[in-house]
Amino acid sequence: MNGPRASGGDRLVRAYVVTGGRTAAARNHFDHITLISLSASSPQLDRTRLTPEHRGALDLLSVSAYSVAELGAHLVLPLSVMRILLADLMESGHITTQRQITQTTGLDIKLLEDVLAGLQRL
Amino acid sequence: MPDSNASDTRVAPPLRGNERTAKLLIAGHFGAGKTTLVQTLSQITPLSTEEVMTSAGVGTDHTDLPGKTKTTVAMDFGRLSLSDDLVLYLFGAPGQKRFFPVLRDLSFGSLGALVLTDTRRLTDTYPILELIEGLALPYAIAVNAFDDAPVHTDERLREVMDLEPSTPLVTCDARDRRSSTDALIVLMRHLLSLAPEASR
Repeated sequence: MNGPRASGGDRLVRAYVVTGGRTAAARNHFDHITLISLSASSPQLDRTRLTPEHRGALDLLSVSAYSVAELGAHLVLPLSVMRILLADLMESGHITTQRQITQTTGLDIKLLEDVLAGLQRL
Repeated sequence: MPDSNASDTRVAPPLRGNERTAKLLIAGHFGAGKTTLVQTLSQITPLSTEEVMTSAGVGTDHTDLPGKTKTTVAMDFGRLSLSDDLVLYLFGAPGQKRFFPVLRDLSFGSLGALVLTDTRRLTDTYPILELIEGLALPYAIAVNAFDDAPVHTDERLREVMDLEPSTPLVTCDARDRRSSTDALIVLMRHLLSLAPEASR
């Protein structure tokens, strides 16, 4: 993880410097466990205007999809900052999420059953 | 952290990005074994993510730096692939009252919480239960069986924690994979029992 950490983990830089002064994401729907992956068009897109933190996230995603929380942990960025950076990358078309985000309303019985069955198989 | 435990060589399969994800909170007072349980069950080397809280949500705890307006809270978490299509995340939930906004954020989309407790520090569990109940998050209690901790009857534990009769109470060893898995299974059965019949 040296690459992304080296480029994205400068703890001396205050969070608002990383986000360009913004404190809220354009699309604030990134739950901790929303899975993020590179978009199909990402390799063709221009990266020259991206910050080192943006590129750090894309480098990680070139290996595997990751949850928002995992990206934040690997890049050593607070979740609030991570969400804003991901909103940028979504806007520019570099990344995508395939699942609809947090289900705050209504219980997903199938999900509960599948988690139970999965734990019982462990 | 990738470099925090060099001997930890667990390798989870890379994710495609179209898996379903689920989130469970592992709550409990300081030292109750939250980090241990996440460590025991995670298929990736546990990670730590942090959230920054501004002064508006912090309350009175500003003793570390004069004029400081932000507090950071770290959350340990781990990941398990339960099937080809389903990934479970376990988040160690901050237990201090002043981190309530972070806990609330973390609770959105969570299925429920496993509340770990140590019988040597039962009273420390009460405020945690208040927080979890305040979020209307369903939970089960797991008494983490420390070797020299006093043993109480279930009845006594239920009485002192003022548990609903339906709230599961189990004993577990957070260092043991089978035992920790069983505690989560009890929690999941409880969550399913709460689901309305009509939606089944």
